[in-house]
This record gives sequence, C-alpha cells and structure tokens, in this order.
Amino acid sequence: MKILVAVKRVIDYNVQVRVKEDNTGVVTENVKMSTNPPDDNAIEEAVKIKESGKATEVVAVSVGEEKAQETVRKALAVGADRGILIKADGILEPLAVSKLLQKIVEKEKPDLVFMGKQAIDDDCNQTGQMLSSLLNWPQATFASKIEIKDKKLEVTREIDEGLETIEINIPAIVTCDLRLNEPRYASLPNIMKAKKKPIEQINASDLGVDTSPRIEQIKVEEPPKRKAGIKVKSVAELVQKLKNEAKVI
Amino acid sequence: MSVLLVAEHNNKELKPFTLNAVTAASQMDTDLHAVIIGNNCGDAAKKLSELPLVKKVIQVEAAHYENFVAENFAPVIVKLAENYSHVVCSANTFGKNLMPRIAASLDTSQVSDIIKVISADTFLRPIYAGNAFATVKSKDPKKCITIRPTSFDPCESSGGSAPIEKAEPSEEFNNTKFVKREEIKSDRPELGTARVVVSGGRGMQSGDNFKLITSVADKLNAAIGASRAAVDAGYISNDHQVGQTGKVVVPDLYIAIGISGAIQHLAGMKESKVIVAINKDGEAPIFSVADYGLEADLFEAVPQFIEELNKLNTIQK
Repeated sequence: MKILVAVKRVIDYNVQVRVKEDNTGVVTENVKMSTNPPDDNAIEEAVKIKESGKATEVVAVSVGEEKAQETVRKALAVGADRGILIKADGILEPLAVSKLLQKIVEKEKPDLVFMGKQAIDDDCNQTGQMLSSLLNWPQATFASKIEIKDKKLEVTREIDEGLETIEINIPAIVTCDLRLNEPRYASLPNIMKAKKKPIEQINASDLGVDTSPRIEQIKVEEPPKRKAGIKVKSVAELVQKLKNEAKVI
Repeated sequence: MSVLLVAEHNNKELKPFTLNAVTAASQMDTDLHAVIIGNNCGDAAKKLSELPLVKKVIQVEAAHYENFVAENFAPVIVKLAENYSHVVCSANTFGKNLMPRIAASLDTSQVSDIIKVISADTFLRPIYAGNAFATVKSKDPKKCITIRPTSFDPCESSGGSAPIEKAEPSEEFNNTKFVKREEIKSDRPELGTARVVVSGGRGMQSGDNFKLITSVADKLNAAIGASRAAVDAGYISNDHQVGQTGKVVVPDLYIAIGISGAIQHLAGMKESKVIVAINKDGEAPIFSVADYGLEADLFEAVPQFIEELNKLNTIQK
C-alpha cells in the first residue's frame, strides 16, 4: 500500500500574526514558517502505518513556492520515503490545490491520501474534501483514530456532538485531527539522511491546471481590539463586578 | 437566481444553528429556499417550512440519508444547485465536511466560515485564527458559502408556511458506510449557544478536578468548555473544545479557569461579551483579552467563587 501525504508550509502556530500596513495581507517576511500542525499528524500516521508493515511507501507532497521544499524535507526527516514539490507562486485557493493534487494522485496512484483537516493560515478546511470529490473517493474528515482492516479503513471522526465512526473502502482520503497521534521529532541522523532522499520538482503550470484565484481579496484588516480589562484583587471583588458592573450574573 | 440553504437536522428537529444560517443566507438574497435531506425527516421539514424567511422547502428522503454522509448528500445538492446562485450551510462539522465536496463538483472556490455578508458576492471572514479579517469577493458564477453560526442571530422560527416539495434522491455512495455515533448527552445548555460558558484548561491538572468547573457551571446554568490542552490530556471529551479547530463560542459571559490563552484558544472565545480569567500566572496571555482577571491559584479561588455565587440570589436558572 502506498500513502500520499499532503503538507503545507504556513506561518508557525506560535507566531503572533501581523496585518500589513497597506491591508494587502499579513506579514510573512522574516517570520518563522513551519509545517501546518495537523499535517504533521498526517505524516506521523502514514509513517506509523508503514512501520507496522501495512504500507510500503510514504510520499510527501507540497504545493507552493520554492521554499515549501523545506516542509517536504521535514516530512522526509520523520520518515517519508520521497517528496514531490509542485511549484506555484501567489495565492493558491484550496480548489486549485486539490486539482493539482488530483494530477499527482493520477500519476502516483496511492491507496490513501492523508492531510491535515485544516490549514491554520487561511482556515479554509476544504482541500481534502475537494480532492475526494474530484476523485469521487470516500472521505474521512477530522479523523482522531484510524484502523486498517484489509481493504477498508475504520475511522473515528471528531464531530460537534462527539464522535462518529465510519468505514470507508480504499482508495480514500483522510483528513487528520490534532488528536490522531503525537508527531515525532526528527532526529539529527534522520535529518541528515533526509537530505539524500529525492524530491521531484514539478511546475504547477506543467500540470494543465488553471490555478488563478476565483476569490478576490479586497482587503485584510486587524480585527477590532478588545478594550483593556482590569485585574481584580479578590474573588469577592470579581463577583461584585460581574453582578453590578457587567451585570452578567 | 436564489439562495439554497442546506438544513442541518437530526431527522426529527432542526439543529439550532440552521436558524442562524437562514439569517445569513437571507442577507445574500431574500429568495431563499431550503433543502432538507434525511430519512423520515417530515417533522424537521415541517419546522423548516415554518421559518418565515424560507420561501420553499425541498425535501429529499432515502434510507441512505439517515446518517448525513457527505458522499450521499453532495450529489443531491449539486443537482439542485443548477437553479440557484448560492449554496449556504453552517460552518460546523456537518457543513465543513459537506460543502467543499459540493463546491469542487460545481467548480466553485468556496468561501468558508464567513462572519458578515457585505453584499451578495462579498463577505468578511476571519483568517489566521481570527488574528486578521479578510474581505473577499467571490467571482464564481455559483457561490458556495459556509457561515459562522455564532456571528448571525437565529431567524424567527414560527409563523411561516412555505410549500414543501419532494425531490428525487440520488444513488447511494457505496464506498462509505456509517458505523456509529457516540453523542454525549447533557442537560446543560449547548456549548455553541449557551449564555454562559465555563472553561477549564491544563491548569485543572486532572479530569477529576474538572468537577470544580462543573460546580461553577451548575451555579450559572452554563455550558462547559475546555482548551485543547485539557482535551488532549484526557480531562474531558473533544466535544467541549473551544478554539481555532474546535468550537467558536460567543457567550455573554466566558469564564476561563486555568487556561493560559494560546492564540488557538483565543480564536474560539475572544468575541465573548464579558471574559473572566482565573490563572495563577499573571503573565498568561488570557489576561490580555479578559475584562476581569484574577491572578490566583484556581484551587483556592474557584471554591471561594462557588461560595460567593451561593450567596447571590439572582442566579438565572
């Protein structure tokens, strides 16, 4: 079994994002970038499945600018066998990314495609479902547990009401929740080894997909700021403020 | 052209956020139709027809719609979408799972999780965990939109009498099978709609200590929330998680206890009207959004808080 894992390079989750003064976007220059956190869970799960003997190859793919190669390289350092970078500049909407991934799926013919359930930059939560739609494959979104049963997967999904379990036939798409597993850190020897693993580079324009944006970003602004609050000295003062000032209890 | 709203329901009743989605959809175009897909969902369809903003209800029934599998729902909506300019749904786990499947089939770039309708094609949506707001204009001829339910008021729920039309179901998608759903039942208000939310974080130190949160919630008739750290640590189940990848809540009063206030958590609660933080670390980022901060050991402060609440006679029940 072969598993394709899609990873995205995003602003690190610990960075306090700042809006550009000209309101065209957020500041990305000299900002720490990392793998989208749930994509780390997706890689981890694929590598674990390979380690258990149920998969033979894990391929990491990313779509983005040249530097997204670092994100692919990190996936290789935690156990992916080889990488693919689809080079594309500018804003890529999930629809365009899913169409590019569709081309890679057609070429690589994986049995499973894993990715994070949501990217923490645009917060769209679309790519996995869109890819699944384009391929007419089953989708298991927000997965917090995956069990492989022959040609099927049993997946536990995190839903608003609690948990849901579905069974899907392979080939399938799984989008991973942060609770799926605990991603490992890359060891130094594995980082060195990853440097020798191949990364194939493909230009998005060579895949015959129109990636031009369908959504015009008119402006990006700071959200309204909360006015500064106060520190209370005691529980009694807190309760008094909530009752008499805020009038919420 | 008109707007097609996808109703969320449990075959008997509408899910409360369907009313918020109706409000949002009606701001895109007042010619608003709603589709309800399910199995023996006549009662819920009738309730949908009673919403005054809904001009027509389309009911689609089949056994394979019983459990809301997106692979079964999407083809029905894609077919109906021929007659509409917008398809709209709530951005909760139901809509997040379903809408992109529809959008890709329609070759539409979806606009997710909008918090404001500026015009029929222009919307406001948070990005980067709510640290920036983007104004976006969809250029696709058909628009697929998910709305953040807590950013829109629920619509009027009675007085309407829209006609209910039946539409043909589509074939079953055989590669996905529903197995089971484990819903956590509770007598408390729902987290998404509660007037008061009391949340615990890693500072609670154990699942057992969450009893303190429960006691405060009992006093205030509140829903119980949690940070991701608390859910990851197994103190409480995932359906309580508030944050960027959990639920977004906008209660009148949000009480954060033992929560440091990571960016990802703030994304789920910082629009609350009044925020209280109880934390022993005076530097914790939660204090930067709190209206009232109490720097204290929660294991001393929370029992005192419960005692003070006991002294008040005005607690809403």
